[in-house]
Amino acid sequence: MGKKSIQEIEEIRNRKRQELELRVNTKADTREKHILVCHGTGCTSSKSPKIIENFRKILEEKKIKNVRVIQTGCFGLCAKGPIVIIRPEDTFYAQVKPEDCEEIIQSHIVEGKTIERLLCKDIDGTIVNRLDELNFYKKQKRIALKNCGVIDPENIDEYIAFDGYKALYQVLTTMSQDEVIDEISKSGLRGRGGAGFPTGKKWSFAKQNEADQKYVICNADEGDPGAFMDRSILEGDPHSVLEAMAIAGYSIGATQGYIYVRAEYPIAVQRLKVAIDQARDYGLLGKDILGTGFDFDIDIRLGAGAFVCGEETALLESIEGRRGQPRVKPPYPANKGLFGKPTIINNVETLANVTRIILNGAEWYASIGTEKSKGTKVFALGGNVNNVGLVEVPMGTTLREIVFDIGGGIPNGRKFKAAQTGGPSGGCIPAEHLDTPIDYESLTEIGSMMGSGGLIVMDETKCMVDIARFYLDFTVSESCGKCTPCRIGTKRMLEILERMCERKSRARRFKQIRKISQ
Amino acid sequence: MVKLVIDNKPVEVEEGTTILEAARQNGIDIPTLCFLKDINEVGDCRMCIVEVEGRKGFATSCIQTVEEGMVVKTHSPEILEARKTILDLILSNHHKDCLTCSRSGNCELQALSIKFNVQKVEYEGEMSKHKIDDKSPAIVRDFNKCILCRRCVATCKNVQEIGAIDCIERGFSSCISTTYDHSLNDVDCTFCGQCIESCPTGALREKEYIDEVWEKLKDESTYVVVQTAPAVRVALGEEFGYPIGTNVKGKMVTALKNMGFDKVFDTNTGADFTIMEEANEFIERVKNKGTLPMITSCSPGWVRFAEKNYPDLLDHLSTCKSPHQMFGAIIKSYLAQKEGIAPHKICTVSVMPCIAKKYEASREEMEVDGNRDVDYVITTRELSRMIRQANISFRELEDSDFDDPMGEATGAGAIFGTTGGVMEAALRTAADTLEGKNLEKLEYTQVRGEKGIKRAELSLGGMPIKVVVASGLSNARKIMEEIKNGTADYQFVEIMACPGGCVMGGGQPIKSSKIRSAVDVRKLRADSLYSIDEASTIRKSHENPAIQKIYQEFLEKPGSHKAHKYLHTHYTAKEKYEI
Repeated sequence: MGKKSIQEIEEIRNRKRQELELRVNTKADTREKHILVCHGTGCTSSKSPKIIENFRKILEEKKIKNVRVIQTGCFGLCAKGPIVIIRPEDTFYAQVKPEDCEEIIQSHIVEGKTIERLLCKDIDGTIVNRLDELNFYKKQKRIALKNCGVIDPENIDEYIAFDGYKALYQVLTTMSQDEVIDEISKSGLRGRGGAGFPTGKKWSFAKQNEADQKYVICNADEGDPGAFMDRSILEGDPHSVLEAMAIAGYSIGATQGYIYVRAEYPIAVQRLKVAIDQARDYGLLGKDILGTGFDFDIDIRLGAGAFVCGEETALLESIEGRRGQPRVKPPYPANKGLFGKPTIINNVETLANVTRIILNGAEWYASIGTEKSKGTKVFALGGNVNNVGLVEVPMGTTLREIVFDIGGGIPNGRKFKAAQTGGPSGGCIPAEHLDTPIDYESLTEIGSMMGSGGLIVMDETKCMVDIARFYLDFTVSESCGKCTPCRIGTKRMLEILERMCERKSRARRFKQIRKISQ
Repeated sequence: MVKLVIDNKPVEVEEGTTILEAARQNGIDIPTLCFLKDINEVGDCRMCIVEVEGRKGFATSCIQTVEEGMVVKTHSPEILEARKTILDLILSNHHKDCLTCSRSGNCELQALSIKFNVQKVEYEGEMSKHKIDDKSPAIVRDFNKCILCRRCVATCKNVQEIGAIDCIERGFSSCISTTYDHSLNDVDCTFCGQCIESCPTGALREKEYIDEVWEKLKDESTYVVVQTAPAVRVALGEEFGYPIGTNVKGKMVTALKNMGFDKVFDTNTGADFTIMEEANEFIERVKNKGTLPMITSCSPGWVRFAEKNYPDLLDHLSTCKSPHQMFGAIIKSYLAQKEGIAPHKICTVSVMPCIAKKYEASREEMEVDGNRDVDYVITTRELSRMIRQANISFRELEDSDFDDPMGEATGAGAIFGTTGGVMEAALRTAADTLEGKNLEKLEYTQVRGEKGIKRAELSLGGMPIKVVVASGLSNARKIMEEIKNGTADYQFVEIMACPGGCVMGGGQPIKSSKIRSAVDVRKLRADSLYSIDEASTIRKSHENPAIQKIYQEFLEKPGSHKAHKYLHTHYTAKEKYEI
């Protein structure tokens, strides 16, 4: 352990990559087997830690060598969790219980027999052997989630094996600050937090401002109801975010980064802590990174459970130790941000794309997606849909493809009524817009918004007034209380809707809601 | 310069100007509620929304700066409707007991309701419920009337830099509160009352002692003596429609007499006592190498601030009581003797521009031989209410003079009411004393003016001295830090808790945000005090014949044992939070 030179990092990469070939290649030439168990929040809550423990115990009891149990991040198909995947053959066991471990070891590992009853059934009833045979995965393209479910997020060597910290080294040794920003600009990457501001532009503003200190902040205060994209990335691939922050730091001239992550994400926080420690230990964070003379360090700041702290200036207030409420803009954070210094604030998913763009090139990235919305978008697919889970699709994929092809449609033979995107400030997209391509512009055009990626499907039995009431209830309890329309307006709208739901209100109240909403 | 169009009118304003300011500079008014120029420009209430061509939604004009070519509409039907909705929302969570509210008639929310022709409460629903905090002797907080504009918070935090209050909770439950929601009485509040001056509604007010004073006036066996502070006379008229800063001394005295006070005295005379004692104390400290710099102690908000924040530096504070406390003590001793009335039969009432004076009068040190120096303190605002209650047509009154034997005060006493005034008055007396002759020099203009901190180097009796005048507690803190760090090289310091001094005290008539934006209230009131000084025949405290007489007959000389008994006090270190 200890600080590594670039040669040593390369050695780790080569050695480890060979060792991990079985993770990505079913024909890998190995006598090893890896049992991958999802250790994301979803599977954890359905006992995946116990499954990992059982596997390890049984392997030891049976004195089986050459089989390793690996905890990974989210595989995506949360509806079928806890998920266990055995590599290199890539057998996909769904809804595994701790008591199934014995059988899996005995039948699958020892006797080489696949356990039919634990295999995953697709929506059409076909039994699938492997993950990528599922319709759920067919239309997906994993860029931000590339390492999720592949590597052990608490092992920096595994991240390095899959080109980890290669982009940072490349940036530090071969690219100028402007070249990095240009590359990001050309890729067309836009903020995945919801507003879709061009990332390269944001960085260039911060770079242009001269200051003795600048900051890079990762916004991991994911707060939209039903959204868990950022959490999954942090749980499954924390180093990709750290590396991107260092790259961003280099490009704007910052030496300090902060990750503002909500305290309700204990696993993500833990993974980040481990990852930061490991990166510091290897000299990938801290002073003189990889002998290039570049200094950059990252600290974690925990959010205390306020939705509004996801708004970037409220987040800054919170880090500075004040009440989390938005600042007056301008000045924008790129001019006057954290502690009054130029600051960029990027969302987790945005950052997760950065290393991929550096390594594969802006043109590659820009070739994915639509004219104005490049790359992919991760969605947390939830609600009345068969395949509840985490999906990543190229921009421009239609809502129908996401809900029906990937999501497997609506359970119990019911009809689709609407999909909610954009969190509480977004909107509900009715069936007539099912063929709308999902990108920033199209969603805004139909009255919703991209938001951070929560996508909640509702079937025909859902009452839209009730849904509006739910979101208003959220807004009322999460309003920071600064401005009148939000502090009192949302409360009054909620009260009107509550009376409507109790059939105690008259139609003229709609007019009042409309007035307040303006 | 930036060119834009507001309501079809092409205008040109400086870069960085807000839309609101740009409109107002060009005679176009936009209603506001949370806006307080230079203090609270945060865009909370949204009353000031306007339309900017090509932009989605409304723009908040108090925070949005102008841009070249911008086309702004300030009163389209859509804007008016949206503003009305915002007003309706605010009213839906406001205790609308205007008839019994101290701010009725001078409430910015009420004024907007009239402007928008609000005839019924549009929205109904849950209302916030807050307990009224009236534990302190000075201030009452009734947050059932708070509209969360945060003007008080910004004033406390950014102007005074105390930060005793801030927003707690969130959303609809948001409210302004103190550390752990304790009474203002028990936290780091200094009772400067600047929050009251900032409040657009009746959520903050002074603790009233009007009924108590009327009771005393009704009671024939009580001899009720009233004194009025210098700053009251240049502000009281505002409550009766006079221009800001009008000196209404004569009518005020007549009104007080008509109300039934047995004697009406001028606190300026009290100020003359303070100068006699303070100048003497200063010279003694210089001669005997006492603790320097010496700091004035006539601003009780400042004294409370010092006791809570700089408990180790209390030796620097002059031991002099403030003018009205000195005067109260003199009334209950010298005057009582002279008039042959038992001190306990006398009730002393002070009319002050200050709410901290209410607290000061209640301090346990402020009594001699069991007689409270001052029984009740009422503010300029309370006096105006009493005048109305008494059905006195203030504007019709004849002028009259303060009562003898202590009616005649000096110009030095008058300028106590503005920042730098105490210093200037003290310098006049100290210079004469040190030189041993009657100097012609009267005006020390270096210590006048609006600056928060004013420094001057002078020569008194051949001795070079440096003095500093600070007003506002943020400036007080700067000076105290210098003293604490040992970088203070001055000998005499004047500190007033309120920015601008007593003329801008927390008990003065409340000016709306719009008036405060448009005129320099401090200057108008202060100039009026300087005019009183200029017009005075006697302008040095030690030349006041009444003062000379009382020293001869009663107090002996400044700093005497008797003077200490009646006119001096002491300070105690206080916990910042008494919780």
